[in-house]
Amino acid sequence: MCLAIPSKIVKIENTIGTIDVAGVKREISLLLLENASVGDYVIVHAGFAIHKIDESTAMESLKYLRELGSIR
Amino acid sequence: MSIKYMEEYRDPEISSKIIESIKKLSQKKVRLMEVCGTHTMSIFRSGIRTLLPDTISLLSGPGCPVCVTAQREIDAFIELAKEDDVILTGFGDLMRVPGTDSTLQKERAAGRDIRIVYSALDALEIARKNPDKKVVFSGIGFETTAPTIAASILSAKKMGLDNYLVFSAHKIVPPALAALMETGEARIDGFMLPGHVSVIIGTKAYLPFFEQYQVPCVIAGFEPADILQAIFILVKQIEAGVLKLENGYQRAVVFDGNEKAQKMMHDVFETVDAVWRGIGTIPKSGLKIRKEFESFDAQKIFDVTVSDSKEPEGCACGEILIGLKTPPECPLYKKACTPVDPVGPCMVSTEGTCAAYYRYCI
Ligand code: SF4
Repeated sequence: MCLAIPSKIVKIENTIGTIDVAGVKREISLLLLENASVGDYVIVHAGFAIHKIDESTAMESLKYLRELGSIR
Repeated sequence: MSIKYMEEYRDPEISSKIIESIKKLSQKKVRLMEVCGTHTMSIFRSGIRTLLPDTISLLSGPGCPVCVTAQREIDAFIELAKEDDVILTGFGDLMRVPGTDSTLQKERAAGRDIRIVYSALDALEIARKNPDKKVVFSGIGFETTAPTIAASILSAKKMGLDNYLVFSAHKIVPPALAALMETGEARIDGFMLPGHVSVIIGTKAYLPFFEQYQVPCVIAGFEPADILQAIFILVKQIEAGVLKLENGYQRAVVFDGNEKAQKMMHDVFETVDAVWRGIGTIPKSGLKIRKEFESFDAQKIFDVTVSDSKEPEGCACGEILIGLKTPPECPLYKKACTPVDPVGPCMVSTEGTCAAYYRYCI
């Protein structure tokens, strides 16, 4: 039920956004997001964007993962 | 093609390193519960169970929406679908769930108008196109789905659509965690908390639960490395004896959650006591449509009292959902009950534990 792939918003018209998931385009509702812009990466559930990924936070956690993944 | 923010979480090399770290760290025997059905699926798909040391047992919890839906609610959806002026809409998983006497799929084959939608807004669109019908959405799911349904009701109100209705059987997660701890039977040493429920409710929503029960908790994402990282964090807490509520899915979950979604959910719904399959009634664990929006409430408009609901005989779904049994311990598993001919909801849903065991040949 949960689709975990971060998807890029490529178009916005009123409250409807178009996302691109690995080349496949799909329309989603932006009603649950505070402010979304083209170029944002969002997490989508049941046809709605539910979270906008913050680049710096995502990079931080990636750093933690890389550290964890390099322990010998 | 590379997918941003995801690739590393699928990198087998990173995953195998984390497994090494877990093996080095893990001494105590622990039982960890993944609460979310999508976690269950991902754990099986990636073979994580077989890679972990013997000290770690993973239990699947009550996080598959159709699985925890009470039999009475399944029967009510089926009854609603039989009303002549109704188009029943809902997510696909629900179609094959056995009710007491029928399934939605059987009713559809018998000519009832039942439509699978991908989003609640699709149901709204069906309502707009069929003004002479009542379009009822069968609302199941947790805090991830509930705000999308709330948004659909608010949109319907704005559009002046008076033939869109919701039967809300939505449930919320934190009270169920407390119920699991209260029974104590499953002996859970740590929780992997659901990723997308947490996107909405935030880390903060688990604080009262964590403070009361002092059990290790980590919010987890859905990729293999996310899940391994969460297991690592839980094992680390347990071995060090320092219990915490941690967020292991920071690219998607913030402390306060999605406040706009929370507000919509609270504007439209209020909490009520709800019945969960396998657990029974949990106080304030369900979502009911507020009086203000009662013209959209299918339970107000239709009289759907189902009195003689019975759970499938011999089905151990209830015990499986709370970590007391595993599917192979159900006498019907792989015999009378298979994905093609399921007896209980845990074999129907792709997120169901029985379906996951079956698919990955255990
Ligand atoms: S195997 Fe079938 S009958 Fe047994 S618990 Fe699972 S769903 Fe129920």
